[in-house]
Amino acid sequence: MTASESTQSETRMVRKRWLPVLKRWVSQIGLYVVVLILAVAFGLPFLWTILTSLKVPQEIYAFPPRMLPSSPQWNNYVEIFKRAPLGTFILNSAVVTLLSMIGQILSASLVAYGFARFRFPGRDALFVVVLSTMLMPAQITIIPRFLLFKFLGWLDTYKPLIVPRYFGGGAFMIFLFRQFFLTIPREFDEAAKVDGANSLWIFARILVPLSRPVFITSAIFTFLSNWNDFFGPLIFLNTLEKFTLALGLAYFRRIPEIGVEATEHLMMAAAMTMTIPCLVVFLVLQRYFVRGMVMSGLKG
Amino acid sequence: MASVAHQPAKRRPRMRLNMAQREAIQGYLYITPWILGFLIFTLGPMLASFYLSLTVYTMVKPPRFTGLAHYTRMIQDRLFWKSLGNTFYYALIFVPISIVGSLCCALLLNQKIVGRAFFRAAYFLPSITPVVAASILWLFILQPEVGALNQILSWIGISPGPGWLASSKWSKPALIIVSLWRSVGGGTMLIFLAGLQGVPRELHESAELDGAGAWAKFWRVTLPLLSPTVFFNLVLGLIGALQVFALAFVIQAGGNTSMGWPAHSTLFYLLKLYDHAFNLWEMGYGSALAWVFFFIVLALTYAQLRMARSWVYYEAEVGAVR
Repeated sequence: MTASESTQSETRMVRKRWLPVLKRWVSQIGLYVVVLILAVAFGLPFLWTILTSLKVPQEIYAFPPRMLPSSPQWNNYVEIFKRAPLGTFILNSAVVTLLSMIGQILSASLVAYGFARFRFPGRDALFVVVLSTMLMPAQITIIPRFLLFKFLGWLDTYKPLIVPRYFGGGAFMIFLFRQFFLTIPREFDEAAKVDGANSLWIFARILVPLSRPVFITSAIFTFLSNWNDFFGPLIFLNTLEKFTLALGLAYFRRIPEIGVEATEHLMMAAAMTMTIPCLVVFLVLQRYFVRGMVMSGLKG
Repeated sequence: MASVAHQPAKRRPRMRLNMAQREAIQGYLYITPWILGFLIFTLGPMLASFYLSLTVYTMVKPPRFTGLAHYTRMIQDRLFWKSLGNTFYYALIFVPISIVGSLCCALLLNQKIVGRAFFRAAYFLPSITPVVAASILWLFILQPEVGALNQILSWIGISPGPGWLASSKWSKPALIIVSLWRSVGGGTMLIFLAGLQGVPRELHESAELDGAGAWAKFWRVTLPLLSPTVFFNLVLGLIGALQVFALAFVIQAGGNTSMGWPAHSTLFYLLKLYDHAFNLWEMGYGSALAWVFFFIVLALTYAQLRMARSWVYYEAEVGAVR
């Protein structure tokens, strides 16, 4: 090789050495940028809501727009309780949610126990039926259910919302419990049976204590779905004082405000009030959220 | 048994249940709540709803049989077709983006990043926000003049921004954005994340030995292994998205009670059904709408199941992959 050629190949070798390092740096930085942008995209609406809920009405529409409130109006959160029966709504939601949760968890776990631990003719076919109800849209049954509850005189009460939860608790819950019960070795059951235990005892004293994760997960799911339920209360409740939080919030969003004042700051505060219990549940039970989602999804 | 001969006149049939029969009875007993619930709250209403769809029933007088009148009315109802179109527009755009988005987020979070758990939690938070609360807060963000979204758009040069909920062209995209915010980064992402972490290393390594780059590894190893999950989410996601209701209901312009404002652009199928059944009390027509929807969902799900065979890879079926 000539002298110039050898320096050329040397330069090429040097370039080849730090190029991959540079590439890795760029992709790393790129990764972080994307991840951060996404975090902002997901988190900014929350931030905006909190900030707006602490502003005075004039600040919301100020131009040029301000980011932070000049002084946080924490009393906005007190104000919303005065403007609308928010306290009543929260109480109603709490009652309905709690009673529904108990019903769903109790009945789904028992039904799942039947599917998981007992052999009977038609068992697998029936379970397929259970699963297929997950694919069914709610519209198909809502009108007759409305008429049924009207006939029973249950309209404008919480019974249409709560009572059906005690009849199996929903296909998804049954599925969740059954999958988990199937992972518990039958030897535990057998051992107890040898000692003369009946099936209910085995359920309560052996399966349940071993199933803490799935019970917590199902508590999370049932809490969220009942706390957020909008369609049910919309159809079945008429009196304002009986509204749950989901319904009450929507109601106050739709009626035209008396007077000319802007109410966005109050609406944001109200929206946050409804969201905070969900956030708390998540932050405390994060582990079970993740595990629950995975449990339900991977089987598919 | 010898004692039978000495039994008094009243006969007591002696039932000797063997263990299998006892187990079966107990099994049935435990699932009784579900069976009752299914009959009373699902199957019964389904049949009743079918019957109602053939009648005119406004709750004032008893149902009056009209045969297929509702179904022919439906075909001529302009808003029926509009609501169907709106619903499919929303679902067919939202669901694929949501799944792809969740997958991308899962891929990102699968990398080694500082503070990964924090990001995972941050991405997940919108999915636990109640629909009603989310609708209200996005209502404010989507305001054309003072809303945060258009302000941000104006920073990157798009000014004035779209009318979003005030525009019949942008109202559905606005709702899609809200739904994406709530769903991408949520449970689906977690499921994908778990799926990604469950890919056996040996498969990646042997692919590398065959000279596969990062893209090929993803496309030919990771994705096929994830395809059952994708399929599962696709089917359920579509069914759920077609039932969009609360978002549109809450967001409808305050004070304006016409459904699906503006210009019926957000009139979704379930919204229309609700309007007929619970505003106009046309229970018969509403039931007919419900059944048509049910058949559509059934047909869609069946179609997806048939198509699944060509692209969903089940590990058990070795050699079934094309």
